[in-house]
Amino acid sequence: MTAMSTRGFARLASGAAGTNFGYLDEQTKRMIRRAILKAVAIPGYQVPFASREMPMPYGWGTGGVQVTAAVLGPADVLKVIDQGSDDTTNAVSIRQFFARTSGIATTTSTAAASVIQTRHRIPEHRLKEGQVLVYQVPIPEPLRFLEPRETETRRMHALSEYGLMHVKLYEDIARHGHIATTYAYPVQVAGRYVMDPSPTPKFDNPKMDDCPALQLFGAGRERRIYAVPPYTRVRSLEFEDHPFTVQRFDRPCALCGAADTYLDEVVTDDRGGRIFVCSDTDHCEERRAAGHRGEAA
Amino acid sequence: MYVAVKGGEAAIANAHRLLAHVRRGDPAVPELGLEQIAEQLALAVDRVMTEGSLYDRELAALALKQARGDLVEAVFLLRACRTTLPRFGHSAPLDTGRMAVRRRISATYKDLPGGQVLGPTFDYTHRLLDFTLAAGLPPPPPAEAPAEPDAPMPRVTDLLADESLIEPSPPEQPGAPVGDLTREPVSYPTGRDTRLQALARGDEGFVLALGYSTQRGYGRTHPFVGEIRAGAVMLEFVPEELGFPVPLGRIALTECQMVTQFKGSGERPPQFTRGYGLAFGGCERKAMAMALVDRSLRARELGEEATAPAQDEEFVLAHCDSLQATGFVEHLKLPHHVDFQAELELVRRLRAEHAARQAATPPMLQEAAE
Amino acid sequence: MALAAAALAPGFRDPVPDAQGTFRAVMEALARPGSLQRLATLPAVPEPLPPELAAIALALADHEAPLWLDVRLAAAPAVVDWLRFHSGAPVVADPASAAFALIADPAACPPLEAFARGTPDYPDRSATLVLAVAELTTAHGLILEGPGIRGRALLGAAPLPNDFAQRLERNRAGFPLGVDHLLVASGRVAGLPRTTRILGVA
Repeated sequence: MTAMSTRGFARLASGAAGTNFGYLDEQTKRMIRRAILKAVAIPGYQVPFASREMPMPYGWGTGGVQVTAAVLGPADVLKVIDQGSDDTTNAVSIRQFFARTSGIATTTSTAAASVIQTRHRIPEHRLKEGQVLVYQVPIPEPLRFLEPRETETRRMHALSEYGLMHVKLYEDIARHGHIATTYAYPVQVAGRYVMDPSPTPKFDNPKMDDCPALQLFGAGRERRIYAVPPYTRVRSLEFEDHPFTVQRFDRPCALCGAADTYLDEVVTDDRGGRIFVCSDTDHCEERRAAGHRGEAA
Repeated sequence: MYVAVKGGEAAIANAHRLLAHVRRGDPAVPELGLEQIAEQLALAVDRVMTEGSLYDRELAALALKQARGDLVEAVFLLRACRTTLPRFGHSAPLDTGRMAVRRRISATYKDLPGGQVLGPTFDYTHRLLDFTLAAGLPPPPPAEAPAEPDAPMPRVTDLLADESLIEPSPPEQPGAPVGDLTREPVSYPTGRDTRLQALARGDEGFVLALGYSTQRGYGRTHPFVGEIRAGAVMLEFVPEELGFPVPLGRIALTECQMVTQFKGSGERPPQFTRGYGLAFGGCERKAMAMALVDRSLRARELGEEATAPAQDEEFVLAHCDSLQATGFVEHLKLPHHVDFQAELELVRRLRAEHAARQAATPPMLQEAAE
Repeated sequence: MALAAAALAPGFRDPVPDAQGTFRAVMEALARPGSLQRLATLPAVPEPLPPELAAIALALADHEAPLWLDVRLAAAPAVVDWLRFHSGAPVVADPASAAFALIADPAACPPLEAFARGTPDYPDRSATLVLAVAELTTAHGLILEGPGIRGRALLGAAPLPNDFAQRLERNRAGFPLGVDHLLVASGRVAGLPRTTRILGVA
């Protein structure tokens, strides 16, 4: 056996059991935890943190995973959703990551979870006190597409200089008669910082306001953590003559009949056939278990 | 009846098994050993170590094997491993003047103390495919010369420094903190230490293209290769409890010092300035490109107008990392149907409103409007 | 020798879950001002270091997050040694360079202006003050309002500086700059982030 392969076997023997609870080392967790505490104390402000290189790609939830790993304890029950569903591949992959690295209990039930990591949706089921909702965030800076420079956007936040954002939204109104932002719709938190809610559809924005759960946001590639404490005012930006409105679907969920949820459009054939079903799969299943039926069920 | 898709878990597990099978390829072909990769694909290993920020040939070879030769993927594997390693501190400054040199060339002097040493270079190979290599024939043995163990080989930049023609190396600041972008988030403007770290870890293709752009006039610096030297340098570490340097071993490095023009300013007389590049192993192209971009990024410090991409610190540092770039580009593969649905709904509504406006307009006016 | 022995007294019994549990209690406390959160595991400490302060220091301080100790704690070499040894955090003399200030004599807490309050660009670069009080209650005390609070909440603590409510109001008025407070007593922690308004006393 050569020197190289001997070392390889030694590593193999120590294996994955050698990694810490929740993958991150304790020093990294402390750094992230300190950032979370300041994020909670300064709602909507993006706290820079030394994001680590995780064993999954940037842009695939490394920020959310680091926040979750820093928060999670042995008593927690974790739910992971992507696009509202527990079953999409990346949600499955992240759930497995935590099950493997922390031995944590997992669930698909919103009500049973103490920590929920999400990408692009807020569960339909109203969250409750004691729960933590962790968002995966690709671009945390709400002003980024108006001003690409970090040095500039930082100054704009420091001075509460948010006029540019209103100008952008108003240009939409002039051109289309509507605000044409349908997801990642900017909000103002506790009357101060303008914040990106992550690419959730604006349908979900009202759920962020006065929410009983703590909302934490992790952007790994962009190295930012921010937060909305429970029971905090979260206002979607709007104009007096163009108040904020959310998407409405002109039909109910084809599976559970819910008329007040966000729907996925599913193409069922190549002749224009399509049905609309709840994007929140857990909510939809619960409703069906309770006897609710839609037209395709 | 419609049933939503399930079974992501099984699909992922099966994809991993298939990947392992495909990685191995035809089992009739012998399996690659890590030593074969480390020895015979040495420059790929060097690049993975450089961009992976981890000097470990065995782990880099393993990463390359596991990544099926995909360099960016291999860098990713090595970085993910690096994060789990304890950090003891930073090394003492390397003295590349004491390098055991295998290659050393200067474009600024025809001859110089220590001479020009070509070393194992592709430079003057005629790029013809070598079918003797395909046949696996052994190469002829290298030419040998008597060893000159103590022949001095001063750095070219030190030669120029004697006349103050070139800016001196920044003075050593013992005990000054050394930036580490893996430990603290970058805040702009940042220091040259952090910039050099970002460039060393940066994607070779990106840094190369940026360096090239400066030569084509996007922030021109009139560069000369003052010196490229490659070889082995002793790495030393000062443990806090001992207080004196302890040698850790030699590492292979390539260093490039670009000598560039500077017209001088009110405070500073005309003088050559420098750009610096350093990479693990034989990553010469990377070291050169890095030196060009390093010099361009010093525009602000040298009072030059910064107008080109290569002079824009925030642009370069925010986009040079291949893992950040590939992660975010490739994340577009993830489902986005919730956002897409939101856009669909809006486009349908806008189209309906547009159609309604068209219908409400008399045909004569429609024609006139076109 | 006695000092060395004190420094080597154990820290957390089970460092990974104990640090997580402590952090989680602190996070909940700051997220819900006016609530008391349980610090489930407290380390054995040298006198006069309150074990709640010790738990928070162990969970959150390290070589990147320096500690400042008030006069009562700084005067006890066993406490300084113990904190240095178990947290790895530098113990700094200048309160302005501390990430966490450990205060065992809360009535004598220095004015908030002595601590880092962040900058307009980086309001997060600010201190967290941890005060060990004798009493902590939600039955009466300051009337609180703000993020994290459903309607209003009460928080009473003693002893505190006489002008504590005014200090908090001044601190809040400087938002987003400011310091954040944690109050601890008998295995409980309460948070007063810089966003909390003080409406009076009940």
